Amino acid sequence: MTDHHSDIDSVTGRSTTGHEWDGIKELNTPLPRWWVITFYLTIVWAIGYWLVYPAWPLISSNTTGMFGYSSRADVAVELANLEKIRGDKMVALGAASLADIEKDPALLALARAKGKTVFGDNCAPCHGSGGAGAKGYPNLNDDDWLWGGTLDQIMQTIQFGARSGHAKAHEGQMLAFGKDGVLKGDEIVTVANYVRSLSGLPTRKGYDAAKGEKIFAENCVACHGDGGKGNPEMGAPNLTDKIWLYGSDEASLIETISLGRAGVMPAWEGRLDPATIKAMAVYVHSLGGGK
Amino acid sequence: MNKTVNPNDLTSDDDYGPLYAARKKVYPQSVSGTFRRIKWGLMAFCLGIYYLLPFVRWNRGLGAPSQAVLIDLPNSRFYFFFIELWPQEVYYFTGLLIVAAVALFLMNSVGGRIWCGYLCPQTVWTDLFYAVERLIEGDRRERMKKDKSSDPMRLERISEIVLKHSIWLLIAWWTGGAWVLYFNDAPMLVKQLVTFQAPMIAYAWIGILTATTYVLAGFMREQVCVYMCPWPRIQAALTDEWALNVTYRYDRGEKRTSVKKAAELRVLGEHAGDCVDCYQCVAVCPTGIDIRNGPQLECIQCGLCIDACGNVMTKIGRPKRLIGYDNDINIHRRQEGKAPVYRIVRPRTVAYSAIIAAVGGIMIYTLATRSLLDVNVLHDRNPVAVRLSDGSIRNAYTVRLLNKSGYDRVIAIDANGPANATIHVIGVDSVTPDRPMIVIPRDSTSELRLLVTAPADSNPEKSIPVRFHVTDIGLGEAAFATDNFVSP
Repeated sequence: MTDHHSDIDSVTGRSTTGHEWDGIKELNTPLPRWWVITFYLTIVWAIGYWLVYPAWPLISSNTTGMFGYSSRADVAVELANLEKIRGDKMVALGAASLADIEKDPALLALARAKGKTVFGDNCAPCHGSGGAGAKGYPNLNDDDWLWGGTLDQIMQTIQFGARSGHAKAHEGQMLAFGKDGVLKGDEIVTVANYVRSLSGLPTRKGYDAAKGEKIFAENCVACHGDGGKGNPEMGAPNLTDKIWLYGSDEASLIETISLGRAGVMPAWEGRLDPATIKAMAVYVHSLGGGK
Repeated sequence: MNKTVNPNDLTSDDDYGPLYAARKKVYPQSVSGTFRRIKWGLMAFCLGIYYLLPFVRWNRGLGAPSQAVLIDLPNSRFYFFFIELWPQEVYYFTGLLIVAAVALFLMNSVGGRIWCGYLCPQTVWTDLFYAVERLIEGDRRERMKKDKSSDPMRLERISEIVLKHSIWLLIAWWTGGAWVLYFNDAPMLVKQLVTFQAPMIAYAWIGILTATTYVLAGFMREQVCVYMCPWPRIQAALTDEWALNVTYRYDRGEKRTSVKKAAELRVLGEHAGDCVDCYQCVAVCPTGIDIRNGPQLECIQCGLCIDACGNVMTKIGRPKRLIGYDNDINIHRRQEGKAPVYRIVRPRTVAYSAIIAAVGGIMIYTLATRSLLDVNVLHDRNPVAVRLSDGSIRNAYTVRLLNKSGYDRVIAIDANGPANATIHVIGVDSVTPDRPMIVIPRDSTSELRLLVTAPADSNPEKSIPVRFHVTDIGLGEAAFATDNFVSP
């Protein structure tokens, strides 16, 4: 390092910092004073920030600052405002009849938006995020409804559930014909094949159709109706269509007939407010399968 | 900007040089001439546009804003005369930014820092503030004298200072005021502002812009160009040997001498420089530099030294343009006795112009041909396909219709996909079978749930394309979107 105290660059006539690399010297170019002052001011500002706002992590909490500001409190206020804004619209939704909601584009959009969110929070675990369902959990997009697919019926099912324990819940279940000893093994196989034949599915070789029909008439018609068309009052599915909640293969049918089925849909009354349940009914109905 | 340090001045042993440099205040002198006139004209033009544009009206029909240029943030719309942009069309600004950047490059390769010297808001407002200062406190010498004076302040001086800052603040306040007018209906907002009924945010922005204008144009001035702005650094990398810059023609100016001595030398037939060391170019410079030291980062190339020098040359009977728009190539050519050559058209400028034309052309083309009716389709993901009780297959789609025009439309929807498929839109009762029709209000979007059902016997392949046509049944304007029809 050269002595920089009197080291002046001959070309520019300016002093250098005295730093030299391979013969190249660095000119001393001091910062403007206002820049330096601004820099110090930002440091002061930062210290002020520590005092006013939450800043330093402590062992189990953090410094709260002089104003007691917290971003969570901000969110709470925003959410309260949002509820207030939505309040009027949800009141309008609660007041309108289900049929009117589907006819009014603005209410329909609101009901669908609200219904979709609530569906995602409450129904998706069983029915899937888009209501596609799974084995034992009905697909809500199709036109097959155990308890009826009109707006009112859907709403009723959401409100009170099925076998939910609620006083107004849908009751009625598929009995365990095998376990309870009502039908013997070979009878169950026969009637399972008969049920398959109702919707045009192939049957086992050598199966006795007449015997199957007889067993069906004696045991199943009470709920599933003549010809197996089902009965939404009992939650008895239509056995002649292409939709099978628990599977249509022989083994699944034998299991269903032997052990019975009694899936549970919880009641949502009390857990969700009436306007929200309405929105959800409209949403489910609008998925495409509603009658 | 740093003062030249005389080695003899550095006497102290512990002198490590200054940590920071105090600003040397610049007192530009008034000047008249061609470039000053151009600058006045451009200042009037630019400020005129800025202050008055919000008041220009443009009829868009009932219910639509009637302001020619309006940034409508609550409704997410940008209006520019006959153009209305939606948020998803903001990419047009990308084109605008590219054109702006390349235009800056083009200016730079043709005439140096034209932007800095004449058009940059920092230059324009600083120039205006200097004009106010000059009007109230007098020209360079007077201002220097007043600032240096150690006499106690008299009422006259105090009132001068108060008046100057009041006018500055008034201009700054007006600048902030004009800014907010671009974001709301200008006449209405002006009325609200004067009756103190405007939204708080409007006053806040006026306050912020008043402060920045006052500080940047009144106090920071050339410091903004020298220390804060990146453009001087960038432009130094973009210039070339043919670019015309404000240049001291040292071939003519050197060797500097007095008027008398030069005349004597010329009588004797010897060479004498035209520069008489009058320092007028330094006196008028708004960044306080000496152009005779060659091209410098601090020089914004406003051309005022050309005017100042020209006036002196006229007085002493020498040709003008000792300082002028020139380049080093021509200085060397003149030294060799050759005629100067000006090459505006060269690969660099042609390329820049071509880029501007291409990007501008694409923007105009896309703007002119963009559809005012648009449709987006999103296939349901859960479930992808649904089998109905009779075995038919249904796919559901979310359809978003955009009506960007200023009138309501009646839209018919058709789907071209699987054979014999039917379509149904939730909440819409078809007037004509299989052709749902809906009304979309002007300047809005509608989101629909659309179901396509293919009969069981058609049994399509795993996935076949569907084309959704939306047609304005009144005007025949149409748009389409494609998606797929999937089997379970």
